[in-house]
Amino acid sequence: MNSQNGADLDRTPADSRRSSPEPGRTAFDRTPSDRVDVCIVGAGPSGALIAAELSAAGHDVVVLDAGPRFDPADRENEMENHLRPGNPEPLWGMGGKRDAYSATGDHHYPLNAARVKGIGGSTLHWQGMVMRLHEQDFELDSSVGLGADWPISYDDLRPYYAAAEEAFSVAGASDNPFSPPREQPHPLPAFPPSYSDSLFAEACESLGITTHSVPNARNSEATDEAGACVGYGTCKPVCPSGAKYDATRHVNVAEANGARIVDRAPVQRLEHDASGERVTAAVYATPDGEEHRQEAREFVLAAGGVETPRLLLLSESEQYPDGLANSSGLVGRYFMDHLFAGVGGQLDERTRQKHVGFITSESHQFYDRPDDSRTAIKLEFLNYAGPAPADVAMTADSFGDDLLDDIWSAYGNHAAMGALVEQLPRKENRVRLDHSRTDDHGNPVPDVVWRLDDRTRATIRRANEIQRSVLEELGAEITWTVGPDDTGPAFHHMGTTRMGTDPSESVVDSQLRTHDLANLTVAGSSVFVTGGAMNPTLTIAALSLKAADHLAARL
Amino acid sequence: MELTRRDVLGALSAAGVGSVSGCSDLLEDGAAGESPTEDDPITDHDVETLVALAEVVYPSGVTEIESFVREYSVVRVREDPTYARGVGETVARLDDYVAEWHDDAYADLSASARADVLEQMAVDTADPDPDGVAGERIRYYLVNELLYAFYASPTGAGLLGLENPPGHPGGTTSYREGPHE
Repeated sequence: MNSQNGADLDRTPADSRRSSPEPGRTAFDRTPSDRVDVCIVGAGPSGALIAAELSAAGHDVVVLDAGPRFDPADRENEMENHLRPGNPEPLWGMGGKRDAYSATGDHHYPLNAARVKGIGGSTLHWQGMVMRLHEQDFELDSSVGLGADWPISYDDLRPYYAAAEEAFSVAGASDNPFSPPREQPHPLPAFPPSYSDSLFAEACESLGITTHSVPNARNSEATDEAGACVGYGTCKPVCPSGAKYDATRHVNVAEANGARIVDRAPVQRLEHDASGERVTAAVYATPDGEEHRQEAREFVLAAGGVETPRLLLLSESEQYPDGLANSSGLVGRYFMDHLFAGVGGQLDERTRQKHVGFITSESHQFYDRPDDSRTAIKLEFLNYAGPAPADVAMTADSFGDDLLDDIWSAYGNHAAMGALVEQLPRKENRVRLDHSRTDDHGNPVPDVVWRLDDRTRATIRRANEIQRSVLEELGAEITWTVGPDDTGPAFHHMGTTRMGTDPSESVVDSQLRTHDLANLTVAGSSVFVTGGAMNPTLTIAALSLKAADHLAARL
Repeated sequence: MELTRRDVLGALSAAGVGSVSGCSDLLEDGAAGESPTEDDPITDHDVETLVALAEVVYPSGVTEIESFVREYSVVRVREDPTYARGVGETVARLDDYVAEWHDDAYADLSASARADVLEQMAVDTADPDPDGVAGERIRYYLVNELLYAFYASPTGAGLLGLENPPGHPGGTTSYREGPHE
């Protein structure tokens, strides 16, 4: 069987509806192109934006992704599967031998709940919150003696933040007194505050806490790319309307520009030339059991904060026995995530929860660190506290009028605050290879070694104190707290190929190019030096657009 | 409260039944038959059983349950043959259980007897499982389907003050409004 026929047998309905940008090639042909300008590994937001930018500039681009191309026509069914109990299949297909992993740190890391493999990547299931990092985030060591400084400043990234907001059609307002300086309004108006936001705002005002709008990567008005949000309320894990940005938008742009997007093509390793200075090929597998080599002038790794370092470690060679681009020994080190802190309760009035699935008010008042006593805190006021009526009904042990009474008691008067808390980079938190276990291609699986330090725990406690004071001011009976002992990750994988100027202290330079190999760029949150407490995707996008500029200059 | 055709469309939308704009046509000729066929995979008896269950699990103040369940179920099963087979097989299991204690099918029992059967089969405490024991299948294919149709729709959730429940594309206005007195 030749690979072409093998690929045909694996064709999906989504494949059948696509045409190929390359003459003489079907859309589901996964054989390599002749040597291209750029080969990008990963079709999430970073890879998609770089592919769109470079293909628009006329460069030949191939994007390889380990996961499938999900059919947008299935989104409503996926939403239903999410809403109904009793459907055991994971929504985005994560799990099984392909995605096997270990988590051997003090704190278990639920990796497969935290990512999606496929065209669009984790933006398929993300919440869609898009804030800029603060100026202090880029100079944390210099300003308060915490963590480390980035090799770039907020001003270096500022124009790319604006471009990223345009790319995501961000809905936002300029009412946040704590945000860093910006040059122009957001592309779309912010979503107005919710009814429960108004309750929180009153309580916060009494306590001297300022609330403000939230920038969302979700259309508040229709654009050329997508319609306005229609309030399905299931943003995370699936938006059936397409109003929430996901990276398939820029994948589609790249394809329209002539880029090739190859799904279900997990890259097994990168090969380099005899000098060890340049990557020559990405070796990838296809569903028919074949292995192929995609050659390119430039390579971009954009596979997320876990698979990116894993692929570098898997690409060990005689010249690089500790893995590619790892002369610093830091590939996989400094793994960080944001920690969730939360407090919730019930009021003796209706709070109108669950009408939408996104947040419309936050407070960044406690974001910047006054000194080294704590890290950053981003406070959130939730619009989806407590269960929805259907959630109660389908798990209740009563029926009829008794059930209606039970739902009345369970729905409608909840209020809750969440927070993201910063975790500083620590060398012992890392992604490494677990050689005792292998994936479906025989490669060692990633091992996430993760623990919480005392400063992070202290900051979670401080976030809980603030949250409790607001809920108490609101008159809530507090019913739950997520604190340092039961916190969990926010699924933002950062830091595992950190950026820096010193090749012995970092993996990539300020252009996101590896110190060791001249034609290998790493894009995504793995290059973050510190993580702040802002949802990372806008910064991922800004850095990716910056990397695309540097790549275009070299091509 | 009276369930209307608009409620059916809302419930179908929440159930992820594709473009509900085409559902009106299906509702027009939505009658079930005596035995399942490729075109009509749900029988009159299946629908009667769902209606009989809905009368137990829905609040007592709800009227026009029969037309709501009939129209919702016929469209729902046509959209999902796997679900249709599950409904047919599960109704048969329910009737088999009832046949051990009564001379009638479940749909022909009194309302109080129907509620008793659900309790005897532990449907009230069962986890929904399409491949489980009878009570778990009844919870999955029949009871939770009916509860979902009602409480995930603006009509049922609206009784609780949630006019735009998760799964319903009800716009971005209601979240800003205060409680409706």
